[in-house]
Amino acid sequence: MASLAPTFGRGAMTNHWVDIKNANLVLIMGGNAAEAHPCGFKWVTEAKAHNKAKLVVVDPRFNRSAAVADYYAPIRTGTDIAFLGGLINYLLAHDKIQHEYVKKYTNATFLINGDYQFEEGLFSGYDAAKRSYDKSTWSYVIGADGFAEVDETLANPRCAFNLMKQHYARYTPDVVSNICGTPKEQFLKVCEMIAETSAPNKTMTIMYALGWTQHSVGSQMIRTAAMVQLLLGNVGMAGGGVNALRGHSNIQGLTDLGLLSNMLPGYLTLPGEKETDYPTFIEKRTPKALRPGQLNYWQNYPKFHVSLMKAWFGDAATQENNWAYDYLPKLDKVHDVLQVFEDMHNGKMNGYFCQGFNPLAAFPNKAKIGGALAKLKYLVIIDPLATETSEFWKNFGEYNDVDSSRIQTEVFRLPSSCFAEEDGALVNSSRWMQWHWKGAEPPGEAKGDPEIMAGIFSRLRDMYKKEGGAFPDPVLNLTWNYAIPDLPGPEELAREYNGKALADIADPKDATKVLVKAGQQLDSFALLQDNGSTASGCWIFTGAWTEKGNMMARRDNADPSGLGETLGWAFAWPANRRILYNRASCDPAGKPWDPKRSIIHWNGSKWVGFDVPDFKPDSAPDQGMEPFIMQPEGVARLFALDKMVEGPFPEHYEPFETPIGTNPLHPKVVSNPAARVFKGDLEQFGTAKDFPYAGTTYRLTEHFHYWTKHAVINSVLQPQQFVELGEELAKEKGIANGSMVTVRSNRGHIKAVAVVTKRLKALTVNGKTVHTVGIPIHWGFKGVAKNGYLANTLTPYVGDANTQTPEFKSFLVDIEKA
Amino acid sequence: MQVNRRQFFKICAAGMGGSSLAVMGFSPAVALAEVREFKLLRSTETRNTCPYCSVSCGLLMYSLGDKAKNAKLNIIHIEGDPDHPVNRGTLCPKGAGLLDFVHSPNRLQFPEYRAAGSTEWKRISWNDAFSRIARLVKDDRDKNFIAKNAEGATVNRWLTTGFLAASASSNESGYLTHKVVRSLGMLAFDNQARV
Ligand code: SF4
Ligand code: SF4
Repeated sequence: MASLAPTFGRGAMTNHWVDIKNANLVLIMGGNAAEAHPCGFKWVTEAKAHNKAKLVVVDPRFNRSAAVADYYAPIRTGTDIAFLGGLINYLLAHDKIQHEYVKKYTNATFLINGDYQFEEGLFSGYDAAKRSYDKSTWSYVIGADGFAEVDETLANPRCAFNLMKQHYARYTPDVVSNICGTPKEQFLKVCEMIAETSAPNKTMTIMYALGWTQHSVGSQMIRTAAMVQLLLGNVGMAGGGVNALRGHSNIQGLTDLGLLSNMLPGYLTLPGEKETDYPTFIEKRTPKALRPGQLNYWQNYPKFHVSLMKAWFGDAATQENNWAYDYLPKLDKVHDVLQVFEDMHNGKMNGYFCQGFNPLAAFPNKAKIGGALAKLKYLVIIDPLATETSEFWKNFGEYNDVDSSRIQTEVFRLPSSCFAEEDGALVNSSRWMQWHWKGAEPPGEAKGDPEIMAGIFSRLRDMYKKEGGAFPDPVLNLTWNYAIPDLPGPEELAREYNGKALADIADPKDATKVLVKAGQQLDSFALLQDNGSTASGCWIFTGAWTEKGNMMARRDNADPSGLGETLGWAFAWPANRRILYNRASCDPAGKPWDPKRSIIHWNGSKWVGFDVPDFKPDSAPDQGMEPFIMQPEGVARLFALDKMVEGPFPEHYEPFETPIGTNPLHPKVVSNPAARVFKGDLEQFGTAKDFPYAGTTYRLTEHFHYWTKHAVINSVLQPQQFVELGEELAKEKGIANGSMVTVRSNRGHIKAVAVVTKRLKALTVNGKTVHTVGIPIHWGFKGVAKNGYLANTLTPYVGDANTQTPEFKSFLVDIEKA
Repeated sequence: MQVNRRQFFKICAAGMGGSSLAVMGFSPAVALAEVREFKLLRSTETRNTCPYCSVSCGLLMYSLGDKAKNAKLNIIHIEGDPDHPVNRGTLCPKGAGLLDFVHSPNRLQFPEYRAAGSTEWKRISWNDAFSRIARLVKDDRDKNFIAKNAEGATVNRWLTTGFLAASASSNESGYLTHKVVRSLGMLAFDNQARV
């Protein structure tokens, strides 16, 4: 998500599941939807059957998506930027881009700072000691009028378009094939098929998942794909877009609600410790338009922030105390999970809560995670299931060989209810907020998460009332007006994050008219105010629970467009829009690029259609407002400015454990120069000399992470841990199908059954033969399936430089007969 | 008379007995299916969504028990919701096994406690668990809360306890969790979005 927001303005899947049926071409790369998102993949099948769409799969493994593809090309794990960079080069060299779209709707024409440069694998401003960039040169040329300068003719060599062209000119088909191991003809065939969708009436959709996010350059892989889609004019179109297939059922919702170290709900951000006063903090987050006439929606930032503080702290948040600015913790740095477990491992943490989360299995380098947990004073587990983490202190033989008596951590394990035992909403990958209902009571004494949080919090608050203590103000003043304080209800919470008026809201056009009365639920975030007269716990969710009731519970599946636009089904943020940036589905004059897939259009006085326009509803085309309304420049970014930590254009860097030991593009800069590597972890990286094979983890269709091994039927379907290797490697190592093997990395080993297939083939990379070993992740030492090793025993402790998502997809292993 | 399975359900729910259906001229094939249908007919239908992947397929859950007070509902069957625009009634092997997740032998039933150095769990009451956790949290926060940094700027943060939230939990519980965690000044806060 850290790459979609810098490019388009919002970090979310642009289109939605059903819309995939409108595509002419589906590219699955960095994911395996047929197995991991089967019922969503159905819409690919639909596109093939009813829209004559072609499916292209690019993956290290001939997976089940590939099995039903029209074309498959293999790729070495971790090299997708090289492949997609080569694709950009191909599109530009063969003039297969949608010119008008690129000129009008992207920053292709924008002039870039004269000091920006890229040389020998590094962008301007690199500080090797800090492993980070001074990004000041990654910027636009700003004219005397305060706006960014553009060259509509694209003649200026310093416009983003020409810099991009120059950057990717290095990615020739030969270079791509040499890095990726994809045979050149196959790479070119994929390019040819994709290039066809540059026609305004042809779209490609891209579906990706963890196969792109779980790399040290994951965010930039996604950004390269986003750039491809912009060049082809496929963003905002039905059947187009960049579709992030989120893993968990509410990962989108929890991201929207900002449950991350440095975030607040609705993509608002926490202050850093340098932001010592409120005006500086708020000003920095309230951008000025970078081009004339742009909507620049984030100019409303103060309204969202103040409404959040009113929702959380009520009367204690006032104009005088800067809306309780001191109540917000100030960041010294981002405390993402890798940072937190590093600190825990160094004995700097005392307590930890795991609510429905199994870090012993989910984070890299199991030995380090277990060692870190053992240094805690207390650990609180809130979960419906008996997870491995909850018993990290218990000896399970070879699978968890620990000495309990030496682990001094106190552990509380609190049983929580599961989905079937609660009311509430989840946000699916398509941003649909769908309400669900309780069908039974939880087993035994298990309780819902809100009740558990309330149980701990109410006691804590009582203690602060009685005893005082460190800065009790935010604890004592936290809004808690629930009918039963120890049991906050889902309806109450949903109404709270939606937001309401605290005073009458007058019509800005006519002060005598009241738009919303005090106490009423708001039906749009356009009503939010920066003067404390509205409260909203998550501004992007406004409209989900209005005076009309629960919009998330709506169940009208009518699709008048025939394009899958079911606006009466549930509620999609923002404002019930189903396809983001849909203004870009029309040409600058407001006419759909393709009348057959028209979702909105300009009718002469306003924007209308089958979707909610992602645009100012009455802004006429000749007023010059551009479609990407969340960006201050109004257009999408080919050049990402300073929004990505390792560069404004994605560049291929090798995985931290690389099977070729070099980067053929620039041997001096092999891996992501801006990725954070902790000291002890660096020493634990292995090299190809000892661990010659590319290891990659993956998922099976019968299992979901580490949950379904607790379910009998799934455990019957896939009972035992295995690893997958190709026939050539098996022959070389004398490994028979079905025999036991040991797979080692520099961090540990696992034992599993060998499954020898034709699906993994050796690739020739930089003159070397590279084999891949596939490692499904679903086993552990708790569950009803056969016990097995946690696969993260093998994986390296390094993450994507922007998101710190661990590099689970590319590392080095050795394999031998057990 | 064309009656699909769901309409058949509705007719039954409207109070027609099996025998009168036969009188109405239903084919024997439909009548044979009654054994199965009647089991679900006595159940309560609840709409839900699959908690696994983000396709978020619509579900129909069937519970025995009529929601009367003191009658404990028990989910006996889960299937895809045919009205749902995305999955249109289908479920994948993960979702099709959901009943076994709900009834997994590894579902936790009671609050438990493992003491330092111990090899086993001991049951405790909710009240004990809440009070003792609140005490540990407060003691750690009071001791390690950082009101000002070295430069003297107000930072009001607490770094020695962390929280991982569940991305399969609902918006409502996520929202409440976020409120509580931030009010304490915690920064070591994350969810599965990272992994
Ligand atoms: S998978 Fe089994 S149950 Fe499902 S349709 Fe095929 S045969 Fe029938
Ligand atoms: S049934 Fe399968 S495809 Fe549907 S939400 Fe569940 S896991 Fe995803």
